[in-house]
Amino acid sequence: MLVGRDGRRRVVLAVDAAAQAAGLDVGMPVTKAQALTPGLIVMDADPEADAEALERLALWALQRYAPIAAADPPDGVVLDISGAAHLHGGEDAMVKGMVERIVAAGIAARAALADSWGAAHALARFAPRPSIIIPTGESAKAILGLPIRALRLPKDMVDGLRVLGFESIGELAATPRAPLALRFGPELGRRLDQALGRLCEPIDPVRPPDLVEIRRAFAEPIGAAETIARYTGKLVVLLCDALEAKGLGARRLDLVFHRVDNRIGAIRIGTALPVRDAKRLTRMLCDKIETIDPGFGIEIMRLAASVAEPLEAKQTISSLTDEPEADVSALIDALANRVGEDRIYRFAPVASDVPERSVARIAPLAPGTGEGWPDHWPRPSRLLAVPEPIDALALLPDHPPASFTWRGVRRRVKRADGPERVFGEWWKRDAELAAVRDYFQVEDEAGERFWIYRAGDGEDAATGSQRWFLHGLFG
Amino acid sequence: MNEAAASPIVAELRERIQRLEGKRAHRRAVLPFGIKEIDQHLPGGGLALGALHEAAGGGNGAIDGAAAALFAAGIAARTRGKILWCVARQDLFAPALAQAGLPPDRVIYVEAGDEKSVLSCFEEGLRHGGLGGVVAEVARLSMTASRRLQLAAESSGAIGVAIRRWRRQAEAAEFGQPTASVTRWRVTALPSAPLPVPGVGRARWRLELIRCRAGESADFEVEACDAKGRLHLPSDLAHRPDQKKAGRHRAAG
Repeated sequence: MLVGRDGRRRVVLAVDAAAQAAGLDVGMPVTKAQALTPGLIVMDADPEADAEALERLALWALQRYAPIAAADPPDGVVLDISGAAHLHGGEDAMVKGMVERIVAAGIAARAALADSWGAAHALARFAPRPSIIIPTGESAKAILGLPIRALRLPKDMVDGLRVLGFESIGELAATPRAPLALRFGPELGRRLDQALGRLCEPIDPVRPPDLVEIRRAFAEPIGAAETIARYTGKLVVLLCDALEAKGLGARRLDLVFHRVDNRIGAIRIGTALPVRDAKRLTRMLCDKIETIDPGFGIEIMRLAASVAEPLEAKQTISSLTDEPEADVSALIDALANRVGEDRIYRFAPVASDVPERSVARIAPLAPGTGEGWPDHWPRPSRLLAVPEPIDALALLPDHPPASFTWRGVRRRVKRADGPERVFGEWWKRDAELAAVRDYFQVEDEAGERFWIYRAGDGEDAATGSQRWFLHGLFG
Repeated sequence: MNEAAASPIVAELRERIQRLEGKRAHRRAVLPFGIKEIDQHLPGGGLALGALHEAAGGGNGAIDGAAAALFAAGIAARTRGKILWCVARQDLFAPALAQAGLPPDRVIYVEAGDEKSVLSCFEEGLRHGGLGGVVAEVARLSMTASRRLQLAAESSGAIGVAIRRWRRQAEAAEFGQPTASVTRWRVTALPSAPLPVPGVGRARWRLELIRCRAGESADFEVEACDAKGRLHLPSDLAHRPDQKKAGRHRAAG
């Protein structure tokens, strides 16, 4: 429980889950809380440290997730992810991954994705689920059921509204504006419009101190895609010069557009290795220009290398005999910007006998492992994500089935190889202490080859259910 | 086919057509299978590099594409350089590709999510020029799309293999539609090589060359890729060339 001062009283500012279960709540006097719960751990709140940590979190989010990020005191971070979600496999995967990462660091986190800052703010704090994504254009509808506390209003205004009988945002939005403005001032209407997305609210992004950034303001706002592309090229050249002076290469580039109507649009690209090649970066940025809506025109363009890493001039190999391996990093960057960084990968062997655990995904440009899988047994070229149960007739304990039925088709087994026994990884997972799978390669009359297994060794019930599954298809 | 090539008039006509098509005058590089019977059916004596090829499975293979994937892996294994493998959803098992001669360090996978992105990644890969080959698993391949891919492959010299794979058997009839690819193959699993003991021998395929630009269609019965990605023609057990290797996978069953 955290304690702070509100005027002359000492009140509770924050409680953890255990304290909440004991009936404590934010805003309660400390003396009352202590009287209610024996053994309460009371700590003083440190708002400055909180603000600093929030600032650090915003910087982390800026480098990792989105081109525009800012702390949203007292307890939030706001991100504008337009133009950045594609690098993380779409909005769903991005929000989920973000929450998981923060939770893994020991911080309770909730996230919401909506059309406006106000709506996202309200949903992140008051939605029933810890992470929620609202489709474009439906944010206004989604927040109508939330309590008026979600509107970022001063506390006395919320109390005043409650006295008048308002509970949810929907009731407030349906009420004529003028009498409310007369009583509570313009703040209420402004917050309501911001949440409903009628009033725009620019985010003032955090900026790391050593950011390499080029900025260009235009006397006349620009709007045509060709013009934007031309100036992008100019900015990239300047940025590459600045990076070269520092010996850096860009890993992430943010191109931020400030529109005349005070809205901000952004493009973010990522590269697998540090890059300082103006032509390549320009091409990657220009691929994304169509996602930008220039509106009434763009007055400022800002290009920043939000993540930069040392890049030294490299000596190329000029050998007489071998052809050097072609550099595919440009291709990988182009593809990663199209489908997402985690969707382009290589497979690497993992020392595990369980087939689905024997492959791991690694970065496409990771150094070659030079290893392979043990080659004693043939492996199927297609592996089903989840083994499918089949009906099979087989002699126990170690004969292959004489026939089996898969997806409604009965197949007679002509030839078979096996069993190849795979033991559970008991040294890693207790549940697999006795687990066994017996794999068979079987061939039907038509010559189609399947990889099937029996869960269990055919004798001991502790080793598995003794049911048959189909796991893969050979060519 | 060989007779026709011998005639000087036909040869001259062919050269003139090639010039009209705007291709380079010199003969294009090819990737031979190393089997005389197959190579003599292909113009130039092998699969043309810098061109688009199609492969599909026959029967149930049209849906799972298991044999077609190994066939493509075998082709890719015999090229030099890295391989880009584009899929909509991943269900390949990398150890099997390694057994067909394609070690995991050589293959970069792109999981594009939908057909349209697969095609655009396929084209990007073919255009790049630093790759040995590009393989993509697609269901629909229109004339326009395949023409673009073929031009991209010509510009870089990489070999492109489109594995045609459908969700339902009925959709596989689309394989009859024309595309701009240079060759079109169908790979169907056959009962494996007979062994003197119980067990499954080396896999065999019926390999149908359904379409071949400037060539005739044909079909072959072959033994599936070995650890170097090479096919073999089955011969009698007594004088089979690599009896030892095929026997390695055998087990007492």
